[in-house]
Amino acid sequence: MIHRPPVDLYALAPTLALLGTAAICLLAAVLVPARARSAFSAVCCALGYAGAFGVAAALFADSAHGHGVIADAMRRDRLGAFAAILIAGSGLLAVGVSYTRRWGREHVAEYYALLAAAGAGMVFLGSANNLMTLFLSLEWFSLCLYVLCAIDAGIERSLEAALKYLIVGGFGSAFLLFGSALVYGATGHLAFHDIAAAISSQGLVGDSLLIVGLAMMLVGFAYKASAAPFHMWTPDVYEGAPTPVTAFMSAATKTVALILTLRVLVTAFPQEAHLWAPAVAAISVASLVIGNLGALLQRNVKRLLAYSSVSHAGFMLIGIAANSALGSRALLYYLVPYAAMSIGAFAVVAARERELGQPVTLENLAGLGWERPLHGVAMWVFMLGFAGLPPTGGFVGKFYVFAAIYDRGWIWLLIVGVLATAVSLYYYLGVIRAVYMRLPSEVALVGGQPPKERALSLAIAAALAVTVGSFFAVQPLIDLAKHAVSGALGF
Amino acid sequence: MGWLTDTLILLPFGAALLVWALPAFIPRVWVGGAAFFFSLLEVGFWIWTVGRYNFGAANLQETSRLTWFSEFGISYHVGFYGYTLWLSGLGVIGMAAATGYGLWAGRDRPRAYFGLMLFLTGAVVGVFAAQDLLLFYVFWEAMLIPLYVLIGVWGGPGRMQATIKFVIYTMAGSLLMLASVIAYGLTQGSFDLVHGHSESVWIFLGFAAGFAVKAPLWPLHGWLPDAYRESPPEVAGVLSGVISKAATYGFLFIAIAHFGRPVSDLRAPILVLAAIGLVYGSLLAFRAPDIRGVIAYSSLAQMGLITLGLFATNVAGLNGAVLQMVNHGLISMTLFLLAGAVERRAATGQLDRLGGMAKGRPVLATVLMATGIIALAVPGSSAFAGEFLILTGVFPHGWGYAVVGGIAIVLAAMYMLRLISAVLHRSPAPQTEDARDLRPGELALFVPLLLCLLALSAWPAGITDRTFGQNSQTPALQSIR
Repeated sequence: MIHRPPVDLYALAPTLALLGTAAICLLAAVLVPARARSAFSAVCCALGYAGAFGVAAALFADSAHGHGVIADAMRRDRLGAFAAILIAGSGLLAVGVSYTRRWGREHVAEYYALLAAAGAGMVFLGSANNLMTLFLSLEWFSLCLYVLCAIDAGIERSLEAALKYLIVGGFGSAFLLFGSALVYGATGHLAFHDIAAAISSQGLVGDSLLIVGLAMMLVGFAYKASAAPFHMWTPDVYEGAPTPVTAFMSAATKTVALILTLRVLVTAFPQEAHLWAPAVAAISVASLVIGNLGALLQRNVKRLLAYSSVSHAGFMLIGIAANSALGSRALLYYLVPYAAMSIGAFAVVAARERELGQPVTLENLAGLGWERPLHGVAMWVFMLGFAGLPPTGGFVGKFYVFAAIYDRGWIWLLIVGVLATAVSLYYYLGVIRAVYMRLPSEVALVGGQPPKERALSLAIAAALAVTVGSFFAVQPLIDLAKHAVSGALGF
Repeated sequence: MGWLTDTLILLPFGAALLVWALPAFIPRVWVGGAAFFFSLLEVGFWIWTVGRYNFGAANLQETSRLTWFSEFGISYHVGFYGYTLWLSGLGVIGMAAATGYGLWAGRDRPRAYFGLMLFLTGAVVGVFAAQDLLLFYVFWEAMLIPLYVLIGVWGGPGRMQATIKFVIYTMAGSLLMLASVIAYGLTQGSFDLVHGHSESVWIFLGFAAGFAVKAPLWPLHGWLPDAYRESPPEVAGVLSGVISKAATYGFLFIAIAHFGRPVSDLRAPILVLAAIGLVYGSLLAFRAPDIRGVIAYSSLAQMGLITLGLFATNVAGLNGAVLQMVNHGLISMTLFLLAGAVERRAATGQLDRLGGMAKGRPVLATVLMATGIIALAVPGSSAFAGEFLILTGVFPHGWGYAVVGGIAIVLAAMYMLRLISAVLHRSPAPQTEDARDLRPGELALFVPLLLCLLALSAWPAGITDRTFGQNSQTPALQSIR
């Protein structure tokens, strides 16, 4: 007979809320008449994410002392709750971005079901505590995202993107799985803390099996976080996927992948920090270089933002490479404005795309700022935030990350980060240039009346508020990050 | 206690938000009028602050402090020393003049334009008032954002290239500065600027790079000609009159006041670079084919001169530099606005296509002549007082610098007289035949600026006795002794 461990439903509540939402949306696909289906499932999905947000916030407050639950399969701690809050917030905004999308076929309820299910998987992954739950939840949300990318089955690009994502993502998962197997083989344990304990008790620090396993896991994480040189799927998938899905992926997937990387490296492999910290630094440098140089060449805004997300993976990995409480706080803080800016920027792109009915390039962004002031100002602020200029949280995030790595003593990495920021200005300001500074003759208006998109504008405004608000409210956010780090990682 | 400082910083930002949020149907004049009103209100608050300020004391006054994030002790900490009060006065007056010119010139897309001007005002005052290094950096970067758009949207035909150059240059400098900010703050354990001292040459160089690009100093002035030519005239005036002073202020307030050893170690090369810039800028100004070119390169030369005074690091040099910063700020602002007025009338700024504007246009001629005479540092003018002090200050470090400075004053006379005669005298050109004299609205901008300059000419001690407090005990001077 199998022993059934006690289940902490509270710790599972954010995941369950989103899963329940997914189920309701699926039922709506059958039971709700086609007319009301879109509105009903969108509202359901939004409520589900809002509920998950609230529960995760409560969980954050109630989980001051991190501990394993459900036979140590997952951790109930503030780091996981922090990830859940960010993911739920991103999901909520993504629903806003999705709402007024014109649906080619009748997959709208399924779309929202998948969106909620993907969020559930990510929330679960945020508190995964052993290699098994880690892999399961990773696949869980990845599968949802594969389908979401292909939801426009009629559009070839979308299918191509989904296929590419599936194949490359499969590679990433395979690396991760094989690495996990090797780590298990070396240590005989699945839970992160047990792995760390086994490494020190059995003297496995230099064990080649373990190191190869760790390296392969790192590769798997880098795939998911779209860090170079494992980023090659990112531009194509970001470009081909429906823009709301891209928005969600760029914010939520990156959040959970980076938080997971931090958690696994720090809790399972603290003794190997002398190996993984330089490796993470190397990946971060590669991401900064490739992401920024790649973005310089792009005319398609979604591709540009994709490369920019690669470079931001680089910036945030600097925080992990610092391997300190300060670095971890820096990462967690950075994620807040980053997620908001990322969704917000894609939301503006989505709005423009719907208006024009064609892919958004730097050319046809021209004049956006004067036609639609909110979108223009928002895009401006998001680009400033990406570039790390005040008054946005992006500035403070970069400052924190740089401070962390300076504190670690790796000044060369600080210099690389600074140079990368300088390069990135060229294309971020290029977007602002496109939005505001084209001559009137260059501004070719294609679309007719801009569609009414209150939900989307609301999402953009919310993202704007977070981006700017995080600049002023540094202290509360840093306090949250501090609590999240101290309870979970033991710095 | 420091509510006046807070008001000086926050009023423009608040006004900017207000102007941006105005409904679209409000006519251009009202939008501009509101913005101009706020910028005058700002000047009023500044005058009030001067009235309350105790110039005899050397300490930081009108301070206000609020923790921003506690981790590194970073706070919103603002206040004024004597000399920073004068520089922020230059900032608010210059910005008010520029805003007034924008109103008079009727810039299109008024809400965006005037909102950005007000935003820039707030950032400039913030730079001069910030006492926390990170806060200083925030305001410093905040200046760049409106400038980028102001040049990029309202600039001339070559504005795209000009903005790209401008931003790449300044950001490269600023980001080196950010690295230095982090290094300084973390090695000191505090970002507060009131105390603290560093001996690191590398950190000093990071700061110096940021300031030298923004000023600009030779040889980092690559962005200058394009940006000054393609900007709207009032923005060029702001760049040359106000923003460049923020950079030289940074040299004084951060680089010189907190890096005693590196400054004395690197004094000779910096002085040489400044002297080269002074002569080089003057020569180019003499050869420039258009009005703005003359002013732009003369600005480069003046930055070199001010740097000479600053890095002399003695009371005469520093006082002269502060006086000259205010002088040149006002002169440069006035000249760029005049250049704008001439360009509007003649549709060109090329000197060979202008001429004879003095005839039948007495007001324009008088204003340009008066400003030009002050600019070329005729004895008795405020610029003469400033340059004299600077040369006195730099003399102990080598008579050669003083000689170069003296030569540059002669060159200044040459290029200013060339500019004046090319615009006002010679035979009338076809472009200038129908040009009208200065309108009362324009005069209302030029007269206050000129009055400030005349007042300083009559009484330069009004500033030089009120810079560093009694016995010159301001922290800016303490560390270099």
